[in-house]
Amino acid sequence: MNIAANTGRMVKVEILRQDTKGGNGYWQKFQVPYRHGMNVISILMEIQKNPVTENGENTTPVAWDMNCLEEVCGACSMVINGRPRQSCSTLVDQLTEPIKLEPMKTFPVIRDLQVDRERMFNALKKVKAWVPIDGTYDLGEGPRMPEGKRQWAYELSKCMTCGVCMEACPNVSEKASFIGPAPLSQVRLFNTHPTGAMIKDQRLNAIMGDGGLANCGNSQNCVAACPKGIPLTTSIASLNRATSVQMFRNFFGSDHYVD
Amino acid sequence: MSKDREFLWRRLHSLLGVIPVGLFLMFHLSMNFTAVGGEQAYNNAVGKMDLIPHNLLLVIEWVVIYIPLLFHAFYGVFIAFTASPNTGRFSTYRNWMFSLQRFTGVFLVIFIAWHIFETRIQKALGADVEFNMIADIVSNPFMLGFYIVGIISATFHLSNGLWAFLVSWGITQSPQSQKIATYVTNIIFVILSVVGVAAILSFV
Ligand code: SF4
Ligand code: FES
Repeated sequence: MNIAANTGRMVKVEILRQDTKGGNGYWQKFQVPYRHGMNVISILMEIQKNPVTENGENTTPVAWDMNCLEEVCGACSMVINGRPRQSCSTLVDQLTEPIKLEPMKTFPVIRDLQVDRERMFNALKKVKAWVPIDGTYDLGEGPRMPEGKRQWAYELSKCMTCGVCMEACPNVSEKASFIGPAPLSQVRLFNTHPTGAMIKDQRLNAIMGDGGLANCGNSQNCVAACPKGIPLTTSIASLNRATSVQMFRNFFGSDHYVD
Repeated sequence: MSKDREFLWRRLHSLLGVIPVGLFLMFHLSMNFTAVGGEQAYNNAVGKMDLIPHNLLLVIEWVVIYIPLLFHAFYGVFIAFTASPNTGRFSTYRNWMFSLQRFTGVFLVIFIAWHIFETRIQKALGADVEFNMIADIVSNPFMLGFYIVGIISATFHLSNGLWAFLVSWGITQSPQSQKIATYVTNIIFVILSVVGVAAILSFV
C-alpha cells in the first residue's frame, strides 16, 4: 500500500484557539486529508500548510510546541479529546472524531496550544533537582548505588517535565499554589541518589514550605495520566514518610540532618 | 497565615480529623446505637453523661470536640475550595473519592452546624436531650432523610479520611498497601454506616 496515498477521507478537528496571552479562547473547526499513520502533530502541520477552516475562511496557522517527536522531551503536551497527552505519540487512528485539541489550561496559555510550563522549571530549581558535584576541587568518585535501588530510580528519572500530571491534578491550578506531582517525584529521585542525598534535608525542607507536599489531595490522577508510567503516588507517599521524620527532626533541633 | 506554615496546618488538619474528631464520631455513633435497644436503654446511656461534672464536661467538649472540629471544618472548607474537581475527565475510583471527600466535607459543615443547633444548643437553653427529642426531630421524613445523608456523609468522610491519613503520614506507600487500606477503610465505612443508620431508624 502506498502510505502517502490520499484516501479521500478527511479528519475532523476542533481546536481551542487563543490569540494572545490572557486572551479569550474560541473554537475553530478544520478538516484535513487523512494519511496512514498520522499523529496529531501531522494534523497541525497540515493546518499550517493550509490554514483554512471547515467553512473555508482563512485563518492564522495554529501555534504549538514540539521538539523530539518521540515522546521524550515533553514539549508537545496538549489536551486531546479531554485527556492531556503528547501530540507526537498520539495517533489519529486511535482517536474518535472530531478530534478536540485544547491547551493544558492549568498553565498560562501563550498562544493556541502553546503553554508556559515555567512553574515546573522553577519548582525543579526550588527543590534542587540535581546532584551537587560542583566545587573548587575534584570530589572523586561518589558512593555506588545498589542495583535494586537504581532500577526503580531509573523509572523516576524518565520524567520529561511534560506537565501532563500537573494538568490531571485537581489541586494544581492557577488559583492554588501546589507544586504538583512531577517536581515532588524528582525530590525522591535525587534523595535516593547517594551523592544527591547529601543535601536531602534541603530538598525535604523545600517541599515542606507553602504549596508543598502536604497540598497533595490523593486523587491519584497523576499516576494514571503519566505517559512514562512514573509511580508518582508512591513517590509522594514515600516523601510523606520522610517529611514526617524531618518534621520531628526540625522541631527538636536534631543534628541528624541527612541520615 | 505566616509563611511556610502550610505543611504544619495540613498535617494538623489530617491528624485532628482522626484524633480526636474521628474517635469522637465513633463514640457518638456507639452511643446512639443504644437506641436500638429501645427508649429506656438510650435514655440510660445518655443519662450517664450527666454523671460527669458539668464544668469538666464543658472543658472536654471544647478541647476534644469543638476546637478541633472548628479547625478541621474551616481549614477543610479552604482546602475544598482550592481544588478544581475533574471527575468528568478522570473518572477513576480515587478521583471520585477525592471529590466526594470534599463534597461530604462541605455538606457536613452545614449538617453538623444544624445538628448542634438542634441538640446541644437546645440543651444549653434548657431542653432535655433524651429519646423523644430525637424522635420528634426525625418524625419529619425530610429531617430523617437529612439525618441519614448526614450520618452516611460522616462515616464516609471518616473512613476515606482514614485512608488519606495513612498516605499523608507515609504509613501506606506502595500501591498494594494502599489497596489493602482501601478494603479495610471500606469495611469500616460499611460497619459505621450500618451502626449509624440503624440507630437513627430506631427513633422512628
Ligand atoms: S511525572 Fe510523568 S506526567 Fe508528570 S511531568 Fe513527568 S513525565 Fe510528565
Ligand atoms: S515532541 Fe517531544 S514529547 Fe512530543
